[in-house]
This record gives sequence, C-alpha cells and structure tokens, in this order.
Amino acid sequence: MESVWRRFCKDRAAVFGLTAVGITVAAALCAPWLAPFDPNEQFFDGLTIEGSPLPPSARFWFGTDTLGRDQLSRVLHGAGTSLLIGILANGVAVLIGTMLGVTAGYLRGWVGMVIMRFTDLMMAFPALLLGIALAALLKPSLFIVALVIALVNWVQVARVIYSETLALAERDFIEAARAIGAGPSRVLSRHLLPHLLPTVFVYGTLGISTTVLYEATLSFLGVGVQPPTPSWGKMIFESQSYYLTAPWLVFIPGFAILVVSLGFNLVGDGLRDALDPTQRGRR
Amino acid sequence: MLRYLAKRLGMSLIILLGVTVITFGLTYLVPADPVAMIAGRNSTAETRELIRRQLGLDRPLAEQYVRYVTRLAQGDLGRSYARKTDVGDLIVSRLPATLLLMLGAIVAELLIGIPVGIYAATRRGKGSDKAAMIASLIGVSAPQFVVGLTLLYVFAYLLGWLPLGGYGTLAHLVLPAVTLGIAGGGWYSRMMRSAMIDVLRQDYIRTARAKGVGERRIILKHGLRNAILPIVAMVGIDIGIFMSGAVVVESVFGWPGIGQLTWQAIQGLDIPVIMGVTTLAAAFIILGNLVADLLAPAIDPRIRIR
Repeated sequence: MESVWRRFCKDRAAVFGLTAVGITVAAALCAPWLAPFDPNEQFFDGLTIEGSPLPPSARFWFGTDTLGRDQLSRVLHGAGTSLLIGILANGVAVLIGTMLGVTAGYLRGWVGMVIMRFTDLMMAFPALLLGIALAALLKPSLFIVALVIALVNWVQVARVIYSETLALAERDFIEAARAIGAGPSRVLSRHLLPHLLPTVFVYGTLGISTTVLYEATLSFLGVGVQPPTPSWGKMIFESQSYYLTAPWLVFIPGFAILVVSLGFNLVGDGLRDALDPTQRGRR
Repeated sequence: MLRYLAKRLGMSLIILLGVTVITFGLTYLVPADPVAMIAGRNSTAETRELIRRQLGLDRPLAEQYVRYVTRLAQGDLGRSYARKTDVGDLIVSRLPATLLLMLGAIVAELLIGIPVGIYAATRRGKGSDKAAMIASLIGVSAPQFVVGLTLLYVFAYLLGWLPLGGYGTLAHLVLPAVTLGIAGGGWYSRMMRSAMIDVLRQDYIRTARAKGVGERRIILKHGLRNAILPIVAMVGIDIGIFMSGAVVVESVFGWPGIGQLTWQAIQGLDIPVIMGVTTLAAAFIILGNLVADLLAPAIDPRIRIR
C-alpha cells in the first residue's frame, strides 16, 4: 500500500489531479463559510440599469448571473451538488456492476449467461438518451438524478469485473480454497474480492468523472436537479442565451466542471498505473 | 461465415427485442399521462376517454406491447402524439442533418485522434507524449456544451470566421463536428497510442526495421494497419450513438437533427417518438458493432471469422 502511494506521488499529473479534487472537496465542504454571499440572494445592485448581469468586479469576483446573484457563491455551493451526485451515482454504479460482474464470472452457467446478455442489452442502449428521458419524466430530486445516472453507468464496470473474475476463478489459490472446503460466499468475500479491489478503486475514481459530466449535461438540458439546488450545469443552462454578452456565466462554471472531471480522470489514471506497475506508461 | 453471420444476426435481433421491452416498459411506468397532454388542460373526461380508446391505451399492457412490436416488424414506428404524423417520416426528415453531423464528427474524431495517438506513441515517455495525453484527457473531461459554447464564442463571435449556429452550408458543420470530435478524439488518441505501442514491440516491426524500412513507412504501413482495429470498433459504436442524435451539440448549435427531435419529444412527452428514436438508435448501435466485427478480418487478415 505504501509503495502504491509512493508510485502515485511520483506521477505529477496524478498529484495535480488529486490537488484539483482536494480543492473542490474543500470548496464544497466550506462553501457556507467561504462564499461571500447567500447563493440565492438577488442583489439590487447585481444587475446593470438595463438588467444585464455584471462582469467580474471587486464586489462580485465572478460577476453576477441573470438574476443578479453572486456567481462566486453559486459556483462554491455548486461544488457540493456536483461531487455529491458524482460520488453517489458512481458508487451505486460500481456496486451494481461489481456484484453482477462477480456473480456472473464466478457462477457462470445460466445465471452468468443471463446477466451478461443483459449487459449486452444495456450496451445497445443510447445511454445519454435513456438518462435524459428518465430524468425528464421523473422530475428529479438530487437522489433521483444520481440513481438515473447509476442505472445507465454500471454496465462498463460489470463487464470489466466479469472478465477479471473469470480469469481469477481459474487461478490455483481459488481452487485451493475450494479444495479445503470453503463455500462460495467465503471464496467470494475472502479470496476473490480482495483481488478485484484495485480494479474497483480505479473504476470508482475514473467513473466519478463520467458521472460528474453526466450530471452537468442533464442539468444543462434542464432535466437535472431542480432549483434552488445550485448546479454548474444548471447555471450554464440558465445563462445560455446571454453567453455572447456575458461569457463569464458559461466559462466559469464550465471551467469548474472541467477541473473536477479532469481531476478524477487524472487520479484514476495515476491509481491504475500505481496499482499495476507492469502496465506503466502503456495505457 | 454464413453460420457466424446467422448466429450474430439472431443474437442482434434478440437484443433488439429486449430493447423494445425496456423502452416500452419505461415509457409506461412513468408517472405522467400522455392522454392529458394531448387533450389539453381543459378537456372533458369523455374526450380523454375517447383519445385513450383511439390510441389503444385502454388495452392490457401485454396486448399493447405485442401490437407495438408487430407494427415495428412491419417498419411502422407509430404516430407522434404531438405532431400527428408518422414517427418514421419524422425521423426520415431529420436524417440528412443527422447523417451529415455524424460524418463530420467521425472525420473530426479520426483527424484528431489518430495523429495525436501516433505522435504520442512514437515519443513514448517524453514530455511531448505526456503533453499529448493530458490534452487528450482534457478533451475527454470537458463537457460538450462548454466546448461547443466556447468554440462558438471564439470562432463565430470574436473572430467571425464561422456562423453562429444553424444549418445549411459546410461552414455550419465545422463547429458542431469539431465539438463532437474533441471528446471522441481524446478517446481515440488514447486508444491509438496504447495499440501502437503494443504493435511497435512486435517482432515483425523489428524485422522491418532490420530490413532498413524507413521509420515513416514502418509507422504508417505496418504499425497503423495493425493498431487501427480498436478504433474501427469504436467508430462502429459511435455511428450508432450519433444516429440517436447528439442531443447536447444539436441543442447548442441549433442543428435540426434527430437529437433535437428527441429532445422536443422528451419535453412534450411524445412517447411514440421517444420509443421510435431509442429503438432505432439501439438498432444502429447493434448494427455498427456488427459491421465493425465483420470489417475486422478485412483489416487484419489474422482474424478469422468462425
């Protein structure tokens, strides 16, 4: 474990990613204290006389939005929504994917067949379309959005875990465990799962990037979390028609989404290289 | 070959059938009443009942499903609730724009992904390799709507080189295609790099080098041909995904493709259109996979179809 950490730290890109993630987590946790204003307060002096949003200034560092709200406060509060949905949705997706993948790979037979054919089926679905349709029809709360994202994102994990389980189940130590009388549940929990954990960790990290983007996209289309919950995608959705005259309303939240998504991708890549040094630099 | 084809086609049909079950189930499990939306807010109970009966929505679910699939098999995707026209016709009317965007996006993905991937592979471990890979990762991590709006702001608004969205000329295609190409190209370059690195350590590459073949020829002829296979498979999948319409990009650029149609259908709860597009998209994803698999032996003769 220690050598994994050391290898991870040598990877400058991964450390950069971890820093980006760390800053976002800190921003999300400390938003109530860091934010200069209430994210939902509409300022009298937050709009020009014509009613347009204000560009960044000493009073409003990131400018104001179309309703005269302080964008810095909204970006800080939006971090929590993004991370919460990203982590929750991906956690559920990885959990479903791992359970189904392990079950299919270890039991094989008709159970495995049914599970893997079902993943084939899910692969054939246009995932984004499915997510948008579901989210639009369910009028989502934060948890529903997370659940919808999880339901279309577990497939990849299931496939990877399935093929790894297949390979592991052939190994001698699993055979040996079975030979000395370990039952399926013991073999699974004590012998198989520990070997799958690195993969689970890597996907647990890389997948957050996907889910963060997914949440932003749903919110941008107006079917994500509902107001007043601040969301970066939603902020861009609301100010989309002003982006030529007030581009900071698109660029600042957009940059925030990019940083979080890139951060988790870099950490995931670094984690994969650190956990499996033989693959280093190949992927 | 024929047996393989028959088996794959049979499997594809079963998966497609499964897709229709799920689409059908989802749209009917949803807590919203399409009849109320068609009839309008001020409709009487009798009108609603009449519409319900006309659409066959009063029949048992299983019967509705069987009727849907039977019609589907005859190429009938049903009628749109909102537009009162055939879903098939609606999709066909959006097809030119969607096909054009798909073509443009795939060209952009390949033009970005393959050169960057090869460049990184040949400079493996150096600073330029890392820079290329981080650039790819940024492409993958950036939300499409932000990329699209940024490109619009810079190239259409500030520089005025290209039109501010819309559809019509080739100039209109550039920004939407590049927006899709940046994300796809990021994935392609990562795949291209790792495939190329694998190929370049094969014995036949060493043989070619020993024979004195130039590095350029080695990479482009021997390397690329062997490393391109995963990309071909990805293009197959992408064709299916783009067929269902690039909802986000079409919404940013006002592109009148299938994605826009779907998006309007979702907002208006036009269930036949949603079902039609989803089923069609799934069919294309399955077909794209199949074509990529069938193309594989043509590109790499070592792969034999069993």
